Amino acid sequence: MPISSEDAAKVAKLARLRLDDDKLERFAGQMDGILAYMETLGSVDTAGVEPLYSPVTHETPMRADVASKGCSRDQILANAPATDGQFFIVPKIV
Amino acid sequence: MSDITTLSLTEVRAKLARKELSAVEATSACLARIEATEPKINALLHYDAEAALAAAKALDAAGPDPDQRLWGVPVLIKDAICVKDAPTTCGSKILENFTPFYDASCIEKMRAAGAVILGKANMDEFAMGSSTENSAYKVTANPWDLGKVPGGSSGGSAAAVAAGQCFAALGTDTGGSIRQPAAFCGTVGIKPTYGRVSRYGLVAYGSSLDQIGPLTRTADDAAAVLSVIAGHDPKDSTSAPRDVPDFEAILAGAADLAGLTIGLPDEYWGEGVDAEVRDACRAAVDTAKSLGAKVVPVSLPHTPYAVATYYIVAMAEASSNLARFDGVRYGYRAPEAQSLEELYELSRSKGFGPEVQRRIVIGAYVLSAGYYDAYYRKAAQVRRLIRQDFLAAFEKCDVICGPTSPFAAFTIGQMSDDPLQMYLSDIFTISLNLAGLPGLSMPVGLGASSTMPIGMQLFGRAFDEAAILRTAKVLGNALPPLPQPTAM
Repeated sequence: MPISSEDAAKVAKLARLRLDDDKLERFAGQMDGILAYMETLGSVDTAGVEPLYSPVTHETPMRADVASKGCSRDQILANAPATDGQFFIVPKIV
Repeated sequence: MSDITTLSLTEVRAKLARKELSAVEATSACLARIEATEPKINALLHYDAEAALAAAKALDAAGPDPDQRLWGVPVLIKDAICVKDAPTTCGSKILENFTPFYDASCIEKMRAAGAVILGKANMDEFAMGSSTENSAYKVTANPWDLGKVPGGSSGGSAAAVAAGQCFAALGTDTGGSIRQPAAFCGTVGIKPTYGRVSRYGLVAYGSSLDQIGPLTRTADDAAAVLSVIAGHDPKDSTSAPRDVPDFEAILAGAADLAGLTIGLPDEYWGEGVDAEVRDACRAAVDTAKSLGAKVVPVSLPHTPYAVATYYIVAMAEASSNLARFDGVRYGYRAPEAQSLEELYELSRSKGFGPEVQRRIVIGAYVLSAGYYDAYYRKAAQVRRLIRQDFLAAFEKCDVICGPTSPFAAFTIGQMSDDPLQMYLSDIFTISLNLAGLPGLSMPVGLGASSTMPIGMQLFGRAFDEAAILRTAKVLGNALPPLPQPTAM
């Protein structure tokens, strides 16, 4: 199934990317080739095979229920592009 | 003082322990080597001579400590790993101004072991690439031939170790990103078992695939670093709650390969492998035989589906993981954005490079309604079959062996316009990450026609890094050593 620029634009929107027309066209062409290649998996018989989402085999261990020192507000805000010293600042929402 | 930067980590460590060399002298020698070679190879994104020398001075003041396994040893860190108060960009413009206020767990352990951190190594943006050409900052050159790529995505780490800028570097391996650059640059590189090393403080790419591991000159060196960084970490629930063997102690007694069975998968030795790669790897297997190893054929029948499976899983996970880069809490923010949605879209579109955007878009596609079952779930099913292939093969052998890459280091620019071609070159490294097993690449010689380093992989059972390290050590000692790279 060929991927059009419109298809690519729709997925880009889902991923919060804004791509110009040239890039959409190029991506659509490349996606076509890459997805067609991925579709070769269709020929593998996977009837009854449980999906494997993680190679972890251990039970998640419990830790002791003891409070530990986290980080400070100043540290959390230190890398933010805009703050008022207490909060992250973004463009007005409402 | 003679040039110490060509020594192995274990050699320089012995000199440091005997006080024949101070930590400041070792650090100064590496910094001088960085200054001499960096203009040619561009392996680093950041280094801080002052901080490194201060750390070395403090170590010298306290004196060598036999309990600190890396006392005074200068190291470099892939820029995907958080180092406190040092820029951590992940090779991306979107993290250009990001400075972590904490150390990754593996960095805490390296510091506690007495390592001196020199700086941060270049990489493909967000570890997406096999050549280090996808860095937003610079293209790293291969120390053996400046016109060739060092491999990727840990290309900066591999080039730095090969060039003598440090005695070990940490890299990360999601689909071969430690092993393939190690092969291209003539170094040893190990991807530990999934869960062996904590990922806390690693910028996530494919969370079910990523592992941190060392790039070094020898298997002994890799064992030393892995012994330091491995182990359970309460901050990473995927890190395995199991004891870490003393890999160095295990290697100390390794003299031959008697009793070892090596499996050669048909799928890794047939068509599509350059003759010089196959010849060099075959000669190494013959050497292993002469050291007492038994060699048997094995099969990994789902290998032809590994690239498709891997890229579906990796892109899906990347698309989810990279959703956090939104221009709000850290990283680049588009100053012209008027609304919150515009802030997200413009910051991400300007901050991420093209390969990252391509993978996010395809990842979002394979996870989207109507396509999830056909792509993502299907890939997860094939992933289980790929792991079963390995488990079946390991019933017949202790270690699996094959080339790391179908070819030696390629020319800069040769594959950068064709993403699918670049993905296909990962054929021999990606299955291991899907299966979560440990693998190591070691140099086995120079290619007969390219004269570039050739790497061979050893795969092991889950948590049996000892077997592959031991094999690499014995075999490495028996093979003629590589010369020093001369292109610098």
